[in-house]
Amino acid sequence: MGPFNRVEGDLEVALDVADGRVRSAEVSASLYRGFENLLLGRDPLDALVLVPRICGICSVSQSAAAAAALADAAGIAMPANGRLAQRLIHACENLADHLTHFYCFFMPDFARDAYAGRPWHAGVAERFRAQRGSALADWLPARTDFLRVMGYLAGKWPHTLALQPGGTTRAVTATEKLRLAAVLREFREFLETTLFADTLENFAALDSCAALLAWAEARDGDFAHCVRVAADLGLDRVGRATDRFLAVGAYAGEDGALFPAGVWQDGAAAPFDAAAIGEDVSHAWFAGDAPLPPAHGETRPLADPDGKAAAYSWCKAPRYAGRVVETGALARQLLAGQPLAADFVAARGGSVLARVAARMVEVARVLPAMEDWLRAVEPGAPFCAEWRPPQSAQGVGFVEAARGALGHWLSIERGRIAGYQIVAPTTWNFSPRDAAGQPGALEQALAGLPVGDDEKAPVIVQHVVRSFDPCMVCTVH
Amino acid sequence: MKLLWLQASGCGGCTQALLGAESRRGVFARLAGGGVDVVFHPAVSEASGDEALALLADAADGRLAFDALCVEGALLRGPNGSGRFHVLAGSGRPMIDWVRRLAARARHVLAIGSCTAFGGISAGGDNLLEACGLQFDGAEPGGLLGADFRAGSGLPVINVAGCPSHADWVVDTLLALAADAFTAADLDELQRPRFYSEQLVHHGCPKNEFYEFKASAQKPSDLGCLMENLGCKGTQAHADCNVRPWYGVGSCLRGGFSCIACTEPGFEEPGHPFMETPKIAGIPIGLPLDMPKAWFVALAALSKSATPKRVRESATSDHPAMLPTNRKGTRK
Repeated sequence: MGPFNRVEGDLEVALDVADGRVRSAEVSASLYRGFENLLLGRDPLDALVLVPRICGICSVSQSAAAAAALADAAGIAMPANGRLAQRLIHACENLADHLTHFYCFFMPDFARDAYAGRPWHAGVAERFRAQRGSALADWLPARTDFLRVMGYLAGKWPHTLALQPGGTTRAVTATEKLRLAAVLREFREFLETTLFADTLENFAALDSCAALLAWAEARDGDFAHCVRVAADLGLDRVGRATDRFLAVGAYAGEDGALFPAGVWQDGAAAPFDAAAIGEDVSHAWFAGDAPLPPAHGETRPLADPDGKAAAYSWCKAPRYAGRVVETGALARQLLAGQPLAADFVAARGGSVLARVAARMVEVARVLPAMEDWLRAVEPGAPFCAEWRPPQSAQGVGFVEAARGALGHWLSIERGRIAGYQIVAPTTWNFSPRDAAGQPGALEQALAGLPVGDDEKAPVIVQHVVRSFDPCMVCTVH
Repeated sequence: MKLLWLQASGCGGCTQALLGAESRRGVFARLAGGGVDVVFHPAVSEASGDEALALLADAADGRLAFDALCVEGALLRGPNGSGRFHVLAGSGRPMIDWVRRLAARARHVLAIGSCTAFGGISAGGDNLLEACGLQFDGAEPGGLLGADFRAGSGLPVINVAGCPSHADWVVDTLLALAADAFTAADLDELQRPRFYSEQLVHHGCPKNEFYEFKASAQKPSDLGCLMENLGCKGTQAHADCNVRPWYGVGSCLRGGFSCIACTEPGFEEPGHPFMETPKIAGIPIGLPLDMPKAWFVALAALSKSATPKRVRESATSDHPAMLPTNRKGTRK
């Protein structure tokens, strides 16, 4: 299957179907981009220009990870205003991404003619039809208004240079702070009127799948529609991957992280250990042998990819302690102890609905945090610490992009970038098999799905694929 | 005007910017109102898999009529001319084949963003990807389609360059094409729409007073002019960013960071660190366009010596260090 529209970048999925079920799947990224090698030999600060351009939808995440890696290498900390401004910029991107996924990428599949027989179809098609649904006329202007956060704090989006290792380049004035508060207030209004038809606090307090279903009953908000449709189609029961989840800590700083780092396995949280990460290229179109830790990683694309028979993707296979993990909003909320996410995973593991609901929980929890961060900004106090990049150093930067854990590993020698490796969220989720033959998270989530033998592009497969909100251009950085 | 949009090797950022176009009912409603029918766009179309491939094949083979082809992202010819670094998923064929076939049928061909226009970031470094633009390879005419390519309308590729392109640059170009109000005279020598490339980023820059007095920033977040020390190319880059703000409020300079000339071919390889201004004998080598160097140096020396204290002190602060004087005297 391919191309997948309404995912970021180019994606192909090969399904082996027998007796009406997917027996196995191979997930392939069909584009190679080469940013890690492009960075070599450059001035360390050039990373701030180059890495955002890996991805137009999560450019700030890439910026923030590079800035964090540079700050780590230089051993500097940023002033409180800089940290708050970086969080506001990053949260704006993440929330805009969650809702762009919901309105533009995920929901239009339910408007397909294949669902014409369902009682909810006419209403959903009117609201969510790709390009034409009435919801876009609400969401896109709300998104543009919300992106004024970027206009004030980051100049533009995507591809801002405002995020620096020492903070941000733009000090806001007291008046601009008031205007930003108005932007957040108006965005809250959109969420509480159109998306949830409820307060953010009420929604974020839902503590079980049963409570979510009861909440969605007879409610008119866009997400309530989604929950009812998903329940009718059983989307809380499909799309399970490994049930091992990874988060590297979201909106972190000296005062802690809003959502903590951790690894969820065997039903319990364990501390995150960066040293447990290795990247395998046994089934990717790269040269290399044993899995490498990213600090010593390399990216050597094959000039004759078709000469490597086992390979089928430009995506490497990152593994945590040799195991496949899933990353994203569900992982973050689970590791943050959010009860709804925990109940979903305890009941049926990761699922299409669990992933989508976790994004909405995050929207409801992060906007109030943005309001707090903005209140804490002190106009007149510094936004950026002065610093110089070191001549020789190593640094690591971890951030949570909308789609999950993002890591940058940097080494500087003689004042130039000597090594740069990136592990992006969808690299985790959409990885190919590794040397041990373990399929990646999406490959596992697709196995067992019921599909008709004559279905060319089974819509159930599309729901599962899009539930991860893949970003393929990051994947193949 | 029926429009097909392809995403080649890029970040998708021009589409993300486009979705942020200011419009009461969203960008698709605005385009539709101007007669632009988006038949296919990878980020928003319903069709996937075989449905999408069938549509593209019909368009490429002439069975489905369309008017405009927008391509977003550099064209990857590597490795070794094969195009194998980017195969359109599900099709088994390199993206460059699809682009060539579709461009041959289009009435208008638009390169969305600097990657598509010139190669851009994707063509940086030693360009193992063999990345190029649709009709340029950096500043050299050629690229994937060749210097002689003309779309059905007779126009060459329209380069809506920028990294990313401002939403309005794309929307206004499309609306002008749909209204039959766009001719070869509307393109500059790099085939960019003149309505935004006939200005300089410097126009409307919020740091103009600092520029006038050569009161320069020393570090990120300083209010001063970014040209002398921090690599700003606003006086050389063609674009109207500072009079056409992002989301109504922002621009690179308004955000406090340097213009990297992202609308220009070759911006990805400036030959110096992006955030540093290369100098010879203390004088920046990249001086404003169309201004004699000797005059610039003389004026700079004069204005530096005439800089008001307020401007000088504010230049290295992240908020105004002093208020402008009023007629009755200086206030603190």
